[in-house]
Amino acid sequence: MTTNGLNIIYRERDVKNIHELKVYTKHGGYEGLKKALGMKPAEVIDVVKASNLRGRGGAGFPTGLKWSFIPQSEPVKYVVVNADESETGTFKDRQIMENNPHQLIEGALIAAWAIQATAVYIYLRGEFWDVAHALDKHIEEAEKAGFAGENIAGSGWSCKVYTHLGAGAYICGEETALLESLEGKLGQPRVRPPFPAQKGGGLYAEPTVVNNVETLANVPWIIVNGADEYKKIGTDKSSGTKVFCLSGHVNKPGNYELPFGITFRELIFEHGGGVTNGKKVKAILPSGGSGPIIEATDEVLDTPLSYEGLSKFGSILGSASVIIMDEDTDIAWVASRVTKFFKHESCGKCTPCREGTYWLDKVLDRVMAGEAEQRDVDLISNVAHNMQGTTLCAFGDFAANPAISTIKNFPDDFKKHLKA
Amino acid sequence: MLAEKYAAQIEKILAKYPDKRSAVMPLLYISQEEYGHITDEGIVEVAAIIGEDPTAVKSVAGFYTMYSKQPKGTYWLQVCTDLPCALKGADQFYADLKDYLEITDDGGTSPDGLFTVEHVMCLAACDKAPMLQCNFHYVENLDMEKMKAHLAEWRAEAAGSKTPKKKA
Repeated sequence: MTTNGLNIIYRERDVKNIHELKVYTKHGGYEGLKKALGMKPAEVIDVVKASNLRGRGGAGFPTGLKWSFIPQSEPVKYVVVNADESETGTFKDRQIMENNPHQLIEGALIAAWAIQATAVYIYLRGEFWDVAHALDKHIEEAEKAGFAGENIAGSGWSCKVYTHLGAGAYICGEETALLESLEGKLGQPRVRPPFPAQKGGGLYAEPTVVNNVETLANVPWIIVNGADEYKKIGTDKSSGTKVFCLSGHVNKPGNYELPFGITFRELIFEHGGGVTNGKKVKAILPSGGSGPIIEATDEVLDTPLSYEGLSKFGSILGSASVIIMDEDTDIAWVASRVTKFFKHESCGKCTPCREGTYWLDKVLDRVMAGEAEQRDVDLISNVAHNMQGTTLCAFGDFAANPAISTIKNFPDDFKKHLKA
Repeated sequence: MLAEKYAAQIEKILAKYPDKRSAVMPLLYISQEEYGHITDEGIVEVAAIIGEDPTAVKSVAGFYTMYSKQPKGTYWLQVCTDLPCALKGADQFYADLKDYLEITDDGGTSPDGLFTVEHVMCLAACDKAPMLQCNFHYVENLDMEKMKAHLAEWRAEAAGSKTPKKKA
């Protein structure tokens, strides 16, 4: 797979069997952790801050800043790795954990050192059953070699790493729902404040950093090579590489690790082998099911991809789960399919989301059955707009996005289904 | 009794967390493995191990989709029909699979009791569509021809009374 020659995350593409500890350490593995342990925790945070690393789970929040919110006065603190990977069209973290697991473990331990955490929990979606069991073995190996657990790399500092399996709930990718789930409760978002970084808001009410798998996998490279080197990759505001999960109507779907600033056109045609059956690309979901859909105009196709780049089209990069739809795709059907996902996954805590997704689905079914009129389409927009900004977590906004953005950007696709 | 039969495994699980309640999800998996699905008996046992009320355990079991509330076939096939898979023909694949196994309802079980087939939400394998999970193990890049070969293999495995790879 072409990656412009730079694999920070998917190092298995350059080094065979890097999932094995001996191969990983032979190629610089755990050097970042050793280096970090020779630095003061605050210095580690400064380097990550200076690198401009931003959260790869979708929100793009500055990672170093997040770490700096942890109050050092508290004796018990946690790092929680968000490996719930459930966004429609996202499949990047699984590949990291399967093929380069030690880099995640190393990154998580550097984070743990930076905030002086007492333990790391890796929360994987329940379907990653095999991944979690393999990861357990890698953690055990790292412990035996002195890179995790007691007295890490002879530093006198100890930190255990554990995996925890979810059991099938998209909402557990939301950080406070994830913490609830890890505490053995229903995965439902919490009221904030307090935020996870604050006393009372994190895991077992202790200050907690929650980071995505891909985010943490960047950290060892940054510590070894420095913030300045990292900032040379990508755009001004979005540093580093990003894994683009390419799926849908493309010839070569897959994970592409590329610097921020590449375009959809490069991604789809140079890396993804073009659209299937030589068709034209009609629409793109840049951020899985949860980000607004956009029309694949030339301007869109040629826009550099970054956290800041897609806002002018009313969309977001999110986790960069890029779903491609060809010219024959019925966008009303897309709205219906993605809305069914959100209806199924709404945790039921907030009324606008629980009821709203139900009604959106019901009226979209009416559209797809050819029984709707224009006022039904207007009703969909109305319901969706009333969900936004009214729920405890971002799910309510995400769930409304497919309906709002499809009707706005592809009105003709709905008109085709209406009663005469 | 789970507490005796899985004593070593349970001890290891409890040691991971400062609060026993966190063990509810891993323990529910053990209970599901033992009894084939989530049963009242299993709920009561899990509750006793973590010192919680059975109602709290039942609510957790009810919230998460990977805890099955009714018996399944020996092989539980969960086919992803979410958008990226659907764009690659997952709906047709799902329909064909059900037809082939003579299953009419979503979540139904084949007449021989071997296969339960249901459609599920995104399984994070969108580049390998159509795909499914069989007893939580990924089976990817499928078409009906490949699927028939897998089914034959699993039938043979079950007929040989070799214990099929299960949910824990």
